[in-house]
Amino acid sequence: MNKSVFLGALTVAALSAGAAAAATLDDVKAAGVLKCGVNPGTPGFAAPDANGVYQGFDVDICRAVAAAVFGDATKVEYVPLDSSQRFTSLSTGEIDLLARNTTWTFVRDVDLKNEFVGVNYYDGQGFIVPKALGVSSAKELDGATVCIETGTTTELNLADYFRANSMSYQAVPVATFEEAQSQFLAGACDVYTTDASALAAARSAFATPSDYVVLPEIISKEPLGPLVRQDDGAWGDVARWTLNAMIAAEELGITSANVGEMAAGTDNPEINRMLGVEGGLGDMIGLPNDWVVQILTQVGNYGESFERNVGEDTPIGLSRGLNAQWKDGGLLYAPPFR
Amino acid sequence: MTAATDPDDSSGFKLSQLIYDTRYRAITIQVLTVLAVGWMAWELIGNLMSNLAARGKDVSFGFLLNPANYDITESLIPFSSTDTNLRATFVGLLNTLLVAFLGCILALIIGITAGVLRLSNNWIVAKLMTVYVEAFRNIPILLWIIAVFALLTEATPAPSAFRGDDPTSTMKLWDTVAITNRGTYIPRPIFEPGMGLVAIAFVLSIIGAIFFVRWSKKRFLETGKTLPNFWIALAIVFGVTALVFLVMGMPVSWSLPALTGFNFQGGLQINNPFLALWFALSLFTGAFIAEIVRGGILSVSKGQTEAAFALGMRPSKTMNLVILPQALRVIIPPIISQFLNLTKNSSLALAIGYVDLRGTIGGTTMNVTGRELECVILMMAIYLVISLIISSAMNLYNASVKLKER
Repeated sequence: MNKSVFLGALTVAALSAGAAAAATLDDVKAAGVLKCGVNPGTPGFAAPDANGVYQGFDVDICRAVAAAVFGDATKVEYVPLDSSQRFTSLSTGEIDLLARNTTWTFVRDVDLKNEFVGVNYYDGQGFIVPKALGVSSAKELDGATVCIETGTTTELNLADYFRANSMSYQAVPVATFEEAQSQFLAGACDVYTTDASALAAARSAFATPSDYVVLPEIISKEPLGPLVRQDDGAWGDVARWTLNAMIAAEELGITSANVGEMAAGTDNPEINRMLGVEGGLGDMIGLPNDWVVQILTQVGNYGESFERNVGEDTPIGLSRGLNAQWKDGGLLYAPPFR
Repeated sequence: MTAATDPDDSSGFKLSQLIYDTRYRAITIQVLTVLAVGWMAWELIGNLMSNLAARGKDVSFGFLLNPANYDITESLIPFSSTDTNLRATFVGLLNTLLVAFLGCILALIIGITAGVLRLSNNWIVAKLMTVYVEAFRNIPILLWIIAVFALLTEATPAPSAFRGDDPTSTMKLWDTVAITNRGTYIPRPIFEPGMGLVAIAFVLSIIGAIFFVRWSKKRFLETGKTLPNFWIALAIVFGVTALVFLVMGMPVSWSLPALTGFNFQGGLQINNPFLALWFALSLFTGAFIAEIVRGGILSVSKGQTEAAFALGMRPSKTMNLVILPQALRVIIPPIISQFLNLTKNSSLALAIGYVDLRGTIGGTTMNVTGRELECVILMMAIYLVISLIISSAMNLYNASVKLKER
């Protein structure tokens, strides 16, 4: 206790002196491992593979940050968290980074003292129903029983949507994604609602995916992104620019295959700056100069990560949609590396 | 040494007496302990406050008056997503109290039955009760809750099975009860005008029955003659109520469950999470109560039974007049603990989606507002108050059955 009192007093003293005391980057470097909060199991986004190692689109954010900091994407300690634990784990310092399909909202950003470092997946809330129900639109769901994870924004969106459309429903609150699926498959609810990406992931794991349809309505904006504690802007920069580097690399055509070649120097000054050939961006952010090279070699750019984990050739089968580069009609737009 | 224990020898008070004088030493130690505990509490709270301040968080309960923005399916009072978090907390509290109240009653019935039957001379009955008690006592309550819920969900048909011209499932009891994997639907009475009089008659007849029992006891003490008190009292209550009910033209109609749209509508819906929690808590706590009851009965020496039999008392009278009054003294205090345990165990409801106190203020409200500290403090305070109320009520009852020294 004395130690934490001492640390608490130090923090207050440091804050009153106007300096940021929390140096997460130094702590992470000293620990030699990045503690990253992930979803316990959403296929494609975060789930343990056959060897018990976490794999997925969200997990790749953890791996990319580890690659940037240590030059080794495997130096991550994954902390599986359910939706009600995640912010507490982050604010108490149990994890350094939360990459767990978390919607960026005002309250979470401002009131819960978090810092969202960007959006890695633009999502929206949808509904899945058994085909046998004969429902083709969410507007026909009046009186339905709906399975829903408690403590998520989906629960609030659902209440808003049914109220706005003057419909009634019965909520079946469940604690986890897996529990929701088993309840839905057992017929304890007519409808399961969550982010459309997670619905696709769930459907891919059903015994007969073709017996279920995802309804066309998307009832909310769900920008999902990684987040850190608000009290450490420098650490936030590391996470933010790791994500930006993956997005910018795809835009600039740098892949895990050609990054080695490009790191030798190209005619494009922005690529040179990103890959540490010119400028000193690494020094400015407190990372080795080849941090982007490490990210791209070990994890790949945004597009590679997307196609590998959740893309159209995977069982999840998501198309890029809103998550395409801005040049291709999507929303991905990384600020310049300059 | 004598100087230390006998301060009259010395003139006035010495500071060293605080440690060496046995009369002052106890006080010194107590004051120091209080100071140490107070200092620790002060440091802990100070630590918490400075850590919260460092993160820029304040302690405020203002969020309770903001709209909750979520819906609660099982609610004893009207609730919509525009109501406040405070009302949501209240809905959760009522759900907790409902399952705790019904759970305590059912657990008591199961426990007393199983406890008495375990003492039965019938080998099969006694062994069956042993199996029940040991199975429920030795498996964690959370597993029982999930197991009962899984049983209710997996072994019952979905509402869609009732649909169509040739449904795979049908409603039970002359089409009045539907058992589905979402819940059990039973007819719900709708009271019409005139039901008020029936209710008044019911209350009055209960008062009348109480007066009858008092008169009968007085008569027994004076004349020694007995009447079948219980049956007469029952006849008074139900006879009068039924008479008024018939005279008023049976002012009640029934809302029957019927499959419309996605679900059964109408009737009274008892959701599976509630049923599972109720049954699991009752069976689990009932196993403990059975052992307490058995222990209480065994604690009354066999000589008491034999003496009662020698006086010519029948076994039921022996139990009611000789054994139980003595056994209750031993039984009541541990049963209070079991009731408290049941109430606190009901907070495991979240595992199966029953929205109780833990599911509202400690669940969605906490997650949505991010006010963990405030919500947890509030939740702990509420559970503390519930437990204190239960235990003081039971202590009053205990005072009425405990050994009266004359």
